[in-house]
Amino acid sequence: MIKKIISSVAIATCLTAAGIASAETKVGFVYVGPIGDHGWSYQHNQSRLALEKALDVKTSYVESVPEGADAQRVIRQLAADGNEVIFTTSFGYMNPTLKVAKRFPKVKFEHATGYKRSKNLSTYSARFYEGRAVLGAIAGKMTKTNTIGYIASFPIPEVIRGINAMTLAARKVNPDVKVKVVWVNTWFDPGKEGDAAKALIDQGADVITQHTDSPAPLQVAEKRGVYGFGQASNMKSFAPKAQLTAIVNNWDKYYIDRVKAAQDGSWASIDTWAGIKDGMVTLAPYGDAVPQDVRDYADSVKASIVDGSFHPFQGPIKNQKGEVVTKEGETIGDGELAKMGWYVEGVDGKIPK
Amino acid sequence: MLPRLIKRQTPSASMVYLSPVLALLLTLAASIVLFLMMGVSPASALHAFFVEPISSGYGLSELMVKATPLIIIGVALSLGFRAGVWNIGAEGQLILGGIFGGATALFFYEKTGFYIIPLILIMGIVGGMLWAGIVAFLKTRFNANEILTSLMLSYVAALLLNLLIHGPLKDPDGFNFPESRLFSDSALLPILYDGTRLHLGAVIALIAVGLGWILLSRTLLGYQIKVIGDAPAAGEHAGFSPSKIIWITLLISGGAAGLAGAIEVSGPIGQVLPNISPGYGFAAIIVAYVGRLHPFGVLLSGLLLALSYLGGETAQIKLNLPVAVTGVFQGLLLFFLLASDVLIHYRLQLSKEVV
Amino acid sequence: MDILIAAILTIITAATPLLFAALGELVTEKSGVLNLGVEGMMIMGAIIGFVTVHHTGSASVAIIASMIAGAFIASIFGILVLKFHARQVPTGLALTIFGLGLSALIGQSMIGVAYTGIPKLAIPGLASIPVIGNILFNQDGLVYLSILMVIVVYWFMNKSRAGLILRAVGDSHDAAHAMGYSVVKIRFMAILFGGAMAGVGGAYLSLAYSPLWVEGMTAGRGWIALALVVFASWKVGRVLLGAYLFGGITILQLHAQALGIGIPSQVMSMLPYLATILVLVFISRDKTKIKLNSPASLGKPFHESR
Repeated sequence: MIKKIISSVAIATCLTAAGIASAETKVGFVYVGPIGDHGWSYQHNQSRLALEKALDVKTSYVESVPEGADAQRVIRQLAADGNEVIFTTSFGYMNPTLKVAKRFPKVKFEHATGYKRSKNLSTYSARFYEGRAVLGAIAGKMTKTNTIGYIASFPIPEVIRGINAMTLAARKVNPDVKVKVVWVNTWFDPGKEGDAAKALIDQGADVITQHTDSPAPLQVAEKRGVYGFGQASNMKSFAPKAQLTAIVNNWDKYYIDRVKAAQDGSWASIDTWAGIKDGMVTLAPYGDAVPQDVRDYADSVKASIVDGSFHPFQGPIKNQKGEVVTKEGETIGDGELAKMGWYVEGVDGKIPK
Repeated sequence: MLPRLIKRQTPSASMVYLSPVLALLLTLAASIVLFLMMGVSPASALHAFFVEPISSGYGLSELMVKATPLIIIGVALSLGFRAGVWNIGAEGQLILGGIFGGATALFFYEKTGFYIIPLILIMGIVGGMLWAGIVAFLKTRFNANEILTSLMLSYVAALLLNLLIHGPLKDPDGFNFPESRLFSDSALLPILYDGTRLHLGAVIALIAVGLGWILLSRTLLGYQIKVIGDAPAAGEHAGFSPSKIIWITLLISGGAAGLAGAIEVSGPIGQVLPNISPGYGFAAIIVAYVGRLHPFGVLLSGLLLALSYLGGETAQIKLNLPVAVTGVFQGLLLFFLLASDVLIHYRLQLSKEVV
Repeated sequence: MDILIAAILTIITAATPLLFAALGELVTEKSGVLNLGVEGMMIMGAIIGFVTVHHTGSASVAIIASMIAGAFIASIFGILVLKFHARQVPTGLALTIFGLGLSALIGQSMIGVAYTGIPKLAIPGLASIPVIGNILFNQDGLVYLSILMVIVVYWFMNKSRAGLILRAVGDSHDAAHAMGYSVVKIRFMAILFGGAMAGVGGAYLSLAYSPLWVEGMTAGRGWIALALVVFASWKVGRVLLGAYLFGGITILQLHAQALGIGIPSQVMSMLPYLATILVLVFISRDKTKIKLNSPASLGKPFHESR
């Protein structure tokens, strides 16, 4: 009799435990901007929605969380609320995420674009520079004034990589190309971004690109009749004629993979730096203005990046002084790329120090 | 017949305390209307805003962490506001304090010792005073309006921090990211409760409240401030030097803001970042007014406003309410307070009595 | 030469929102009221203008709506300050904070919405004059309106009887009251006008300058406008100068960067603010001059004595 009771209690407990285990996994997201920015945070949110569709999860998000003391509180709250996986999507969240990860060892943290990891903290980022190389190829072929305008946010390695990759790719097809850079010291300020675009166009740029989050530069391009590229998401609705293509971030697969790994217990702390090949960096469909031969060339650049025959930072590479820093046959390694702080030849101006 | 406002013979003492309460009630009522219009249950929204954030020990500790800079700056600003000196640039002074304090922490990066933290805080005060001193100088020497100069300098300060964090303050081992080194343990404010972020700054905030009260009610300077604010002609007649008051109040509020900045970098942040304040210098202006420009009031209003920030985050997480609701709430609170204050000096006359 | 012309065109657009807001605040301050809520009124104009153009498709309706929005929110300030005798400085600040928050709330649904912007209105014939044709006669409607308002406000303040009365109220409200003028009514009208102008200045940002909605997109321009009024010693013509000067510096520093000038971008970005301080100091140091031009009753509450 007692054996029966014990076994039925045991079975009941197992069933309950199984019931709890199969309850929805809670996943939290922390965004640095509004999801309506139509850029960086917007794309992360799109991938969150894709995650919800693909897996049995319950997601929640907090947007416009300032980097700094407040971030830690928000991340901690998500952890305390029972989220099993938390994605913090801006490098400024690095130390707050690390601190919270220490206090919540059972929660799995994923930090975008950072470099610190721990047992329960992974990092991930995308090789946006691969996308920039494709943009550079298109820009190099389509510019008539041989001037490309670059609206840049802050002089961090990621932004500098983008500038360099684009310059190298553009000059490969058009050695006379110059890239002019304006630093707006913000990720998101349409007024300033638009002003910078105007200044660059006034100075002769007929293709502009940006490493800031709003569609304002493209709107200016559209109004002025020049070309541009969308950033982080497809901005064609803002500039139907001007947008040649856009780099579109796609975190879908990464988010689904990581949450699945958390669910089936195979999650471990890793560093991911994926590119076009893994689908993290994608390019929007070409705008009508891109002629077929340019499309073909861009496609070939893309394909060669994917099959490994071309690396956006393969030699020969000269710096602004004209010195060869990377010889033919060599490639700048990931370690160097991660902290890139110098311009290649063809970029006008100095990096703000 | 619309109610008329009749000036009272003497200001009503009871209304001084009742008007903030009235303002808070009116704000809550308006918030309820707002939530209904947004299609959110007012009960759950108010709960998320005001109850949930402080329903745990950790929540209370976070409340104090958030309120600390608001209180410190608010107490100091209220002195200046009483005297009619409008320091709108506390945000910039806070940033300078963060720069000075942070640079000190980084300078002593490899050393240990008990002197480091007091040095950081003192340098923070110096930084803030320096920045506010510019405002005082421009006003007393050139008659330049302090509202505008202090505000312009705030923008300059933010850009200066940005410049420094991309340059000399940057962590050399940090992959060229614009962040400074993490401060060593002897440069971090001690934590008061293990497991929380409650740090020494909270104690400093309480001390600031006490000092502010003493200054205001027990010193000649405090008396001068009150007179110059309420009756400037009388003050000048009595020989109080407006120039001296301007300098002192700006230096005090600048120093306090600088202190708050140093506390933020060596407390909850633990390093220097391109953004060390989500607008504390401006929020402290609201805190000062809602606290009726009195140190004890500022203590309460600082906690209230900190709660509204925390509540905004909670409401976002739990109910998907946009963060903007916090700003609306704070604006409404200030509006209603300014309106309710009228009842201190005037009374409502509803009937058609003959005056 | 081309770059210069192009830069001037850009400067004109950068200055326009400042010009509107500063003109409005000038009238308000000339009547004796200091309204620090310009930023809040501008951003309300920006969001209401954007929402309106999104729903009606008509830029003209949107512009009118933005004026109404600015005036409406200014009226809150007016009632508090004139009827409730609230202190002007904190009330103006409250207006800014409230305006920023409310606009963000209203704008939630507008994030990411595209708008092509107000079309340029080329004045036929004149626009094809080489060089100056493009600069002067090929702008969008609001730029022309801003210049028109400069003329209107100038005429009003200096040549009309109503303007004289308004200035009297600003210089000595007790004397004006004694002469039988309704100080409260005149100030209220001035406040509403200031709100309407700030509203259309804000709308210029969201309808023409960068046709998007972004929280806080005024980015401190309301405060710059306030500085411009002092900078201009409350003289209408100087407001025009100041707006274009400030807009100019803002744009030119970007050009300098694009030209590859090696000064750090952060320092360049500081220039507009430092310039404002410098000019402020320069103008303010002459106490007599300031006294001559600033309304003597500025910021002082008016108590009707019965």
